[in-house]
Amino acid sequence: MSPSSSIAAEPGAVPAPDEHHEHHPSYLTDGTTVKSWLLTLDHKRIGVMYLIWVLLFFLIGGIYALIVRLELLTPGPTIIDAMTYNRAFTMHGVVMIFLFMIPAIPGAFGNFMLPLMLGAKDVAFPKLNLTSLYLLLGGAAIAIWGMINGGMDTGWTFYTPYSTHTTTTVAPILFGAFIIGFSSIATGLNFIVTTHTMRAPGITWFKLPLFVWAMYATACIQVLATPVLGLVLLLVVGEHLFHFGIFDPALGGDPVLFQHLFWFYSHPAVYIMVLPAFGVMSEVVAAFSRKNIFGYRAVAFSSLGIAFVGFFAWGHHMFVSGQSTFNAGVFAVLTMLVGVFTAIKVFNWVGTVYKGAVDFKTPFAYFCGFLYFTVFGGMTGVAFATASLDVPWHDTYFVVAHFHFIMVGATIMAFMAALHYWFPKMFGKMYHEGWGLVSAALIILGFNATFIPQFLLGNAGMPRRYYEYPERYQTLNVASTAGASLLAFGFLISAIYLTYALVYGRRAASNPWRSRGYEWLTESPPPTHNFVGPQPTYSEEPHFYVDPKKAEVPDAV
Amino acid sequence: MNELLNNILFLPEQASTFAERVDNLHYFVVGVTMLMSFAVGTAAVFFFFRYRRRKPNQTTEYVVPSVKTEFLFVSLPLLFFLTWFVIGFRDFVFFATPPKDAMDVYVMGKQWMWKFSYPEGPNGVNVLHVPANRPVRLLITSRDVIHSFFVPAFRVKMDAVPGRYTQAWFEATKPGTYQILCTEYCGLSHSKMWGEVVVLSPEAWDEWVKEQRRGSLQNRQDALADLTLAPHPARMAEQGQRVAAEVGCFKCHTVNGEPHIGPTFLGLYGRTETLDNGQSVRVDEAWITQSMMDPGAHLVSGFPNVMPTFQGKLTGPQTAAIVEYIKTLRTPDIRTGDSSQGPVYEPIQ
Ligand code: HEM
Ligand SMILES: [Cu+2]
Repeated sequence: MSPSSSIAAEPGAVPAPDEHHEHHPSYLTDGTTVKSWLLTLDHKRIGVMYLIWVLLFFLIGGIYALIVRLELLTPGPTIIDAMTYNRAFTMHGVVMIFLFMIPAIPGAFGNFMLPLMLGAKDVAFPKLNLTSLYLLLGGAAIAIWGMINGGMDTGWTFYTPYSTHTTTTVAPILFGAFIIGFSSIATGLNFIVTTHTMRAPGITWFKLPLFVWAMYATACIQVLATPVLGLVLLLVVGEHLFHFGIFDPALGGDPVLFQHLFWFYSHPAVYIMVLPAFGVMSEVVAAFSRKNIFGYRAVAFSSLGIAFVGFFAWGHHMFVSGQSTFNAGVFAVLTMLVGVFTAIKVFNWVGTVYKGAVDFKTPFAYFCGFLYFTVFGGMTGVAFATASLDVPWHDTYFVVAHFHFIMVGATIMAFMAALHYWFPKMFGKMYHEGWGLVSAALIILGFNATFIPQFLLGNAGMPRRYYEYPERYQTLNVASTAGASLLAFGFLISAIYLTYALVYGRRAASNPWRSRGYEWLTESPPPTHNFVGPQPTYSEEPHFYVDPKKAEVPDAV
Repeated sequence: MNELLNNILFLPEQASTFAERVDNLHYFVVGVTMLMSFAVGTAAVFFFFRYRRRKPNQTTEYVVPSVKTEFLFVSLPLLFFLTWFVIGFRDFVFFATPPKDAMDVYVMGKQWMWKFSYPEGPNGVNVLHVPANRPVRLLITSRDVIHSFFVPAFRVKMDAVPGRYTQAWFEATKPGTYQILCTEYCGLSHSKMWGEVVVLSPEAWDEWVKEQRRGSLQNRQDALADLTLAPHPARMAEQGQRVAAEVGCFKCHTVNGEPHIGPTFLGLYGRTETLDNGQSVRVDEAWITQSMMDPGAHLVSGFPNVMPTFQGKLTGPQTAAIVEYIKTLRTPDIRTGDSSQGPVYEPIQ
């Protein structure tokens, strides 16, 4: 075969762009006024702005988390009163889910990488792209205004009839979340259309980077499920303000209906959070083991599979809400399928390392953490889905630990891996590798120290959303709080060396990882229109690290 | 063996027939989870070392899984998960199907207390008495928002949903006292919505039932419907009780002796209270009246200043009736009476 992509032509070498003689201004230097950033239509700049904002939201959510953990240091009141505590955990959840986890990877890295990976100059609708950023910020502003002026104490699940009766300020926060939903839908639509219409010649569906597959599956969920959330949030606001009587039995409504509608969105929503994470990890594991993805098609299709069965699993949140026994059985089996699809991915990632050439850099350290969180978090999910075990575990700290392992753990690992893997691509600078590894180790350790005690607390029967607790739960709570401080410390270190690298970091080579992901086919940081000169050609699948002299054309997978 | 595993896993003691079943599956699931994680983990670690990069430009072989491998990847987890499901669902059906001879107890959640009533017997707040080794079916509902009734030692949990009944059952295996917790977030004092199940040996149970029959009707909190059954002199107290329920005194005050958000009404009249400022005062009619009209005037030590004033909201006769009602509250916490109506659903205002 005759390889024609610039990467495959020189095995192992840093690809061509560095050797260009003329200098092209990168997207970072093309216009430096504030206006040129705020009104930009460049997907890369929009991605960077998303990154800045989601990091800020992560910080806010993290501060709330520390307040909650500190309060739980002692069985009785510790630093705040019960009402403040109830508002704090609600805000922690709302900010983390709607303002960090859902927009983080698609907003920041999806926006930046998707067009690069497709060999496109931009996303399909650049103006819509900017609009969705501002919808997110507008929704966030309204929600945060509500938090400052009263706050809400319902938990991020907003269960009725509590949420329609509480005297705290429910309306602005739910309305904010409603607007954020539009941002999510717009991003999803944009990505779907971009993937369908803007692939460069040569990029067939089965040569799409797996990150793109994951973003595509995510986008499908965003477009299909988010409207249901929007609807249900509006209904709750309406019921709160005008007493419609849809969910409140006192007015003839059905409180469990809310749970069905809510989880019909929010269960798939957890996959909005982790599918992008899975996508990032497929890139990272291939790049750092220099191996083609083992079972590419299985990994690609399992993303779609998860997106699909994710819509049929919501009932597992209601095993003890009085739904019929038959329902419980059906939802239990359907939930298992998610576990099976996730298992396929896990096995194939491990398979990717097999006969690879592993370079244990910071992103790979996060991959290891990710693998572990996914296996453990996913297995506890399946354990939940076995119906009878859910009875004692439901709404205890076991649930909290489970979804932090899989949803937060996996997503954070992927977010950090993406940040480190694509940092040179996005900013053209290198960070300090040693500190990267130290911080990764602290974060992974801190995570375990925070949430493993919570699994045990759940076993012991401590309910979630507890301001005070019986004394017998104290030891484990103290352990968890100690873990949380370690975790926070790990993030602090990352924040410091990454900021330092942005300003003083050494100039990065164009492709410091010698990766053969498609996004590395252009310079780092990329020029405004993504590629200079002729567009790269795509004759190999992404992450094809075979020595061309020995290569056999991969015919089938 | 079970004891040891339970300690490692921090599981509470097993005090019902369901607890044993759940725990057995729990051990199996934890075992498989550990095993699978260990297998994946070791394979990964082994690969990291075996296949570390030796030179920067190293290329790799093109390896794709055979159909057989992919089939294994799917069928292995599916097999395990389905096994769990089969055992788990069988146990779930057990949990969801109360035996025909179960004894019924009505349970009503209410911000922030549990009320229990027996079709043929006493009512109680926050304390549920049941006999050991006899199936008990709980008919659960809520008066305001969703609560969830949870007894960790029984591994039993069921939501209390306003506007509908849910059911759960258990058969306690050993006498003792076990904690009830609320596990569905229900507002300010969610984390204090505790109660206890007192499991009595058969003899103690018979004794207890007899004891209840000897009690009196006068301070039943629920039985608003059968006022006619009340002994005549208690009429005013009965009215007071109804008014107290209507204006919401019981959101914060119990009548079973347990302090809640405010002090309990049981034995309040004539008690000597210590105030926030260290003084102590004997409770009389004037004190009770002032507490309703100007709650901040004298705070009992240890309670927050959260009570709203009822000045202008209660008429003179209503106030008097409540005072009379509180004066009658001098008996132990569990009271007897005729069949209750079961928990009633009433909207919160
Ligand atoms: C893949 C990523 C996953 C994420 C992000 C995730 C996230 C979550 C979250 C946020 C909750 C808590 C919901 C609440 O507040 O009540 C939850 C609960 C649950 N998850 Fe997962 N989960 C994932 C995977 C799984 C898997 C693979 C399974 C099973 C196969 C599973 C089964 C369950 C069950 C049964 C519950 C309900 C527990 C209860 O509330 O009693 N999850 N999950
Ligand atoms: Cu409750």
